[in-house]
Amino acid sequence: MPVLGADMDEGTLVEWLVKPGDQIHKGDVIAVVDTAKSAIEVESFHTGTVAELITPVGETVPVGTVLATITEAGEEAGEPGAVKPGGPAAVGPPAAEGGRPAVAVAGELAAPAAGEAAAVEAPAPARARPGRRPAPQVTGLPAHSTPLVRHEAEQLGVDLATVRGSGRGGTITRADVEHAAASRRRRVTPLARRLADELGVDPGAVTGTGPDGAVRAADVRRAVAAGAPAAGRATARQPGDAGRPPAAAGAQAGQAAQAAQPGRSRRAESMRQAIARLMARSKREIPHYYVSNTEDMSAALAWLRGRNRSVEVSRRLVPAALLLRATALAARQVPELNGYWTEDHFVPGTAVHLGVAISLRGGGLITPAIHHADGLDPGELMAKLRDLVNRARAGRLRSSELTDATITVTNLGDQGVESVTGVIYPPQVALVGFGKIAERPWAVGGLLGVRPVVVTTLAADHRATDGYTGGRFLTVVADLLQRPEEL
Amino acid sequence: MTSAGPGKTSYREALRAALREALLADDRVFLMGEDVGRYGGCFAVSLGLLEEFGPERIRDTPLSESAFVGAGIGAALGGMRPIVEIMTVNFSLLALDQIMNNAATLLHMSGGQFAVPLVIRMTTGAGRQVAAQHSHSLEGWYAHIPGLRIVAPATLEDARGMLWTALEDPDPVLIFEHGSLYNMAGVLPPDAGAVDIDSAAIRRPGTDVSLITYGGTLGTALDAAEELAGGGIEAEVVDLRTLRPLDDETIMASVRRTHRVVIVDEGWRSGSLAAEVSARIMEQAFYDLDAPVERVCSAEVPMPYPRHLEEAALPRVPAIVAAARRAVG
Amino acid sequence: MSPRRKTPAATETAAAPSPEAAHHAGLLRQMLLIRRFEERCVELYSAGEIHGFVHLYIGEEAVAVGVNQALTPDDAIVSTYREHGHALVRGIPVTAVMAEMYGKTTGCSGGRGGSMHLFDAKTRFYGGNAIVGGGLPLAVGVALADKMRGRSRVTACFFGDGAVAEGEFHECLNLTALWQLPVLFCCENNLYAMGTALARAQAQTDLAVRAASYGMPAWAVDGMDVLAVEQAARHAADAVRGGGGPHFLELRTYRFRAHSMYDPDRYRDKTEIEEWKRHDPIDALAARMREAGELTGDALAAIDADLAAELAVAIDKARGDPLEPVTDLTRFVYSPRRP
Repeated sequence: MPVLGADMDEGTLVEWLVKPGDQIHKGDVIAVVDTAKSAIEVESFHTGTVAELITPVGETVPVGTVLATITEAGEEAGEPGAVKPGGPAAVGPPAAEGGRPAVAVAGELAAPAAGEAAAVEAPAPARARPGRRPAPQVTGLPAHSTPLVRHEAEQLGVDLATVRGSGRGGTITRADVEHAAASRRRRVTPLARRLADELGVDPGAVTGTGPDGAVRAADVRRAVAAGAPAAGRATARQPGDAGRPPAAAGAQAGQAAQAAQPGRSRRAESMRQAIARLMARSKREIPHYYVSNTEDMSAALAWLRGRNRSVEVSRRLVPAALLLRATALAARQVPELNGYWTEDHFVPGTAVHLGVAISLRGGGLITPAIHHADGLDPGELMAKLRDLVNRARAGRLRSSELTDATITVTNLGDQGVESVTGVIYPPQVALVGFGKIAERPWAVGGLLGVRPVVVTTLAADHRATDGYTGGRFLTVVADLLQRPEEL
Repeated sequence: MTSAGPGKTSYREALRAALREALLADDRVFLMGEDVGRYGGCFAVSLGLLEEFGPERIRDTPLSESAFVGAGIGAALGGMRPIVEIMTVNFSLLALDQIMNNAATLLHMSGGQFAVPLVIRMTTGAGRQVAAQHSHSLEGWYAHIPGLRIVAPATLEDARGMLWTALEDPDPVLIFEHGSLYNMAGVLPPDAGAVDIDSAAIRRPGTDVSLITYGGTLGTALDAAEELAGGGIEAEVVDLRTLRPLDDETIMASVRRTHRVVIVDEGWRSGSLAAEVSARIMEQAFYDLDAPVERVCSAEVPMPYPRHLEEAALPRVPAIVAAARRAVG
Repeated sequence: MSPRRKTPAATETAAAPSPEAAHHAGLLRQMLLIRRFEERCVELYSAGEIHGFVHLYIGEEAVAVGVNQALTPDDAIVSTYREHGHALVRGIPVTAVMAEMYGKTTGCSGGRGGSMHLFDAKTRFYGGNAIVGGGLPLAVGVALADKMRGRSRVTACFFGDGAVAEGEFHECLNLTALWQLPVLFCCENNLYAMGTALARAQAQTDLAVRAASYGMPAWAVDGMDVLAVEQAARHAADAVRGGGGPHFLELRTYRFRAHSMYDPDRYRDKTEIEEWKRHDPIDALAARMREAGELTGDALAAIDADLAAELAVAIDKARGDPLEPVTDLTRFVYSPRRP
C-alpha cells in the first residue's frame, strides 16, 4: 500500500487491474486504491510478471502492507507475504524504509456512494466504507473509461453506459461520472429537502425509501431520530472531536445545525480538513525562515513580448512560465533546497520536480509536480502546467505526480497579491512564492523611474538550510530573470 | 314531482326544487331548452314545471342550440334572467361559438357595457354505454375560457343551492350536472338554500393524501378513500365545486396537510383540468410535496360502447387507490 | 319606388327648406358622414394609424341610413363587423367611433373592441360581431326579452348574404317566426361573402324567398336608393313593432371597395364594380335633390367641408386620447360587482 499523502495511514484496495500471470511494465496502472482524500491510480515501478494478488478488493490495510508480488524478469516468485527490498517489490513506495519518502498531498476526494446508510448508526469515519451498496449493473463497459473512472462510477452507483463522455474522443471523465451521480443522487422530494434543511440534516446522507431511492420526509425524520451526520460534519479524528459519543438526536441535530454549512459538499469539507492537518503539521514541525527579493521584470517582459510577437496565440508565453523556469534552474543550482527532510537529515532530490500549487473549483489546493522541470524550456513548462491544471480539475492526476515534488512554487500573482509567504509542504524543505507583476517606482541609474517588478519569496526549512542559502537561491532567480534569453 | 320536502330526496329533485324556487322568486327567470316543457326534461329535471309556470316561462325550443343559446344571451342582455338547458355537453359544441364568442366575450368587447347574466345547465359525463358522441366531459375545456364561471354540483346541497347564486351572478355561469348523479338519493334540510359558487369543499378530512375531484367522480373518490382507510391510509377528499375560478386556497391548504395528491378527473388526461390543478400545485405548494402529483383521468380514447371497455376507460376506484398508494409509498 | 315630388316653385327654395327637403338633406349628410369617415379610415389604415381588420361600408350607405329612419331610440341594433355606418347613424359620436379605431379609452367600447366590435349601451347598439351569423341569435334573444316583457321595441338585425349560409341563420329565422319575435332582419346582400359570389354559395339566390319560407313577410329592396330603403324599412318596422312578428328585408346593395383593407379584390370584375358605382347612393340622392331644387350650388361642398372638419377634429382627438394602462389588462373579464 503506497503512501500517497503525508498523513495517510491506510488505504483501501478498490480494484485490481491485473491478475496473476499478467506481464506488466514500469508505469502501468495496476490497481486503484481509495484514501481519505481521493481514489488514486497506482502505477507499478517495476517490470515483470504479476505473481500474486495478496490484498483482496475492498480491504483496508495500513500503508506499507504488501498488496501484491511481482516477479521481475528473470526471477522467481517470492513467498507470499514476503517483502524483499529490491526483490519482488510491493507496489508503491513503502513508507518507513529508505527510497522514496512520502510526500504530502492534498487531493480530491471521492464522494460517498449514493444512499449509504450513514443514518442508522453513529457517524462513521469518513474513510472506511462499511456496507457499501451493491454496485448497479454496469451494462457493458464502455471502452473509453479509465479504471479510476469505472471505480468512481461503481462507487456512486452510476451506469457508465448512460454517461456521455466529455473527454477527448468521448472519454468519460471523473467529472462526467460525478455529474451524473449528482444529478441522480439528489432524488429528494421538495418536502424532504425542506425538512432536511430545517433540521440540519444532509439529505445526501439519508437513505431514501421512495421510488428509485428517493428521499422522502419520513426518511429524513427517521434519519434525525437515528442521529444522522450533519452536512459537512467532521469525523472522529478531528482534533477536538475525539471522544465525542454519538449524541441524542436532538443534541446532534442542534450540533449538526451549527456545524452544517448549507451548500458545501462533503468533498470540500474533507479536503479542507486534510489541508488543515497538513498545514498545521508543517507549522508545528518545520522551523520556517523567510527571505524575499523584489526583481525588475522589464527585461524579462520585453523579451517575452518580442518572442510572442512571432508566435501564434495558443503558444504565446505568459510571465509565469519564466518564473517557473527560473525557479527550476535555481533549484538545480542550489540543490540544498531541492529535496526532502527525513527524520533528522536532508536527502537531496534526484531531479528537480517542481510542485505547482493549483487551486481547485469548489475550494482546495493540490500541488502536482512537473517532472524534470529544469530540463523544460518555458514553452514546454507552460504546456505541462496547462495539462496539469486540466487534469487536476478533472481528477485525473497520476500518483507519481502527487508524490514527487522536490520543491514547490506558489504563484498568486493572478490573484493580485503583491507577495506570498507560504507554508512548506512537508517533507519538502522550500516553498517559493511569486506575487503579481506590478509597476512600481524604481531607482534606475540614480533617477526615479517606473518598472514592472515582482516580489519573490522563499520559505525554507531552517533545519536543512540557513538564510545564506536561501538568499543565494533568490539571487540566482533574480539573475536568471535578468537574462531571459537564457531561460 | 313536487319540490323536495324534509326527508329523502334526490339530486334530480333538488335541482327541480332550485328551479322552482327561482321561477317563483323572480319573474325575469325562465327556462329554455330542448324538451324541457312537454317532455318534462330529458332527465326529468323540469318535470311538472310547464304545468306550473306555463309555456312562456318553460320554453321548448327546436333543435337549434346555437340559436337558443344565443337567444339566451340576447335575453340576458335584454334584462331577463334566462336558464338555458343544453341537453348534454355533447350538443353544446353546436353552441360553442355563442358561448365563447358572445357570452364569455361581450363584457370585454364592449368595454364593460354589456354583462351577460345567463345560466346554462348541461348534463355531462359517461358511464351508461351511450358511446363516443354522448359521453364527453368537457367542463375542463369550458374552464379554459375567461369570462365564464364553471360549477359542478356533486351533492344534493349544491344541486339545490348553486342555481340561485348562479342566477344572481352578473356573468355567465355554466352548471355541469353529471348524468350519474340524478338518481343520487339523500336528505336535505328543509331550509336548504343558496350556496356559494366560489369555494371548494373538504368532503372527507384526511392526513395522508389529498384526493381532489369534482362532480360525478366525487363518489368514486369517496369510495376510494374508504378502501384506502382499510389499508391504513387516511385520504382527504376535496370537492372542487367551482372549476373556474379554482379555489386555490382550499386546494393548497389540503396539499400542505397531506403532502401527496391524486387528482381525479373524468376529462381526457392530456390538457385536462387535472393538468391545470397539478400545475397550480407545483407553482404554489412545490415545497410541500413529498411525491409527484398523480392524475387519474379518462383514457385517451373516444368512449367505447361495451361496458367493460367503458369501465376501463373511466377513472374508477382501483386506479385511484393505486395512485394514492404510489404517492404515499 | 316612391312617387316623385313635384318640383317646388323657385321662390320656395330660397326660403327655409321644406320638411321633405330637410329630410333629404339629413339623409344626404348621414350618408356623406359615413362615406367620408370610411374614406379617412382608408387613409389612416394605410398610414398605419389604425390596425387589425377594417371592413368598409362604402357604397352601402343607403342601407344603414334608410333602415335607421325606421327605428326609434328605444329600438335595438345588432350588426356585423362592417358596422361603422350603423354605429354612426345610430348616433354614437364620431369621436367615440374614431377613438375606438385607435384603441383609446375614449372609444365606444373603451378601446377594447376595435373596428369590428363597436358597442354602445346608450343607443342599444349591441355590436359589432366578427362571426358571420353570430349576431342573429343575439338579436333573437334581445327581441325575446322585449316580447316577454311586453315592450313593443324592434330589434334590427343586420347581416350579409354570407350569413344565409350559416346554420344560425336558419335556426334564427325559424325560431323568431315560431315564437313571433319582434326582429327586423336586414340582409345586406352585396352579392359577395368575402370572396365568394352569392351564386356560387346558394342554390337559391333569391334571399327574400328563402326568408319567406320560414314563415315571415320578406321582400327585396333596392339598397342603393335610400328613399326606397327608408320606405320599406318603415313599413316593416311598423309591422314588427305592432306585433306582426319578424320581418325580412333583402337589401340589394354593393360595396365599392374590397371585403376589407387586406383584400386584393381579385374575385370581382372591374366592369361590374364600375357599373355599380354608377348607382352610388349618394350621387343618386344628390342628383334627385338637385333636380328637385333642394340642393344648390356649393351646398354639397359645404356639407363636405363641414364633415371634413368634424372628422379632422375627431382624428386629432383620437390621436391624443389616452391608451389604457397595461396594468388594467385583465379588466372586463368578469363584472366588478357581484351581489
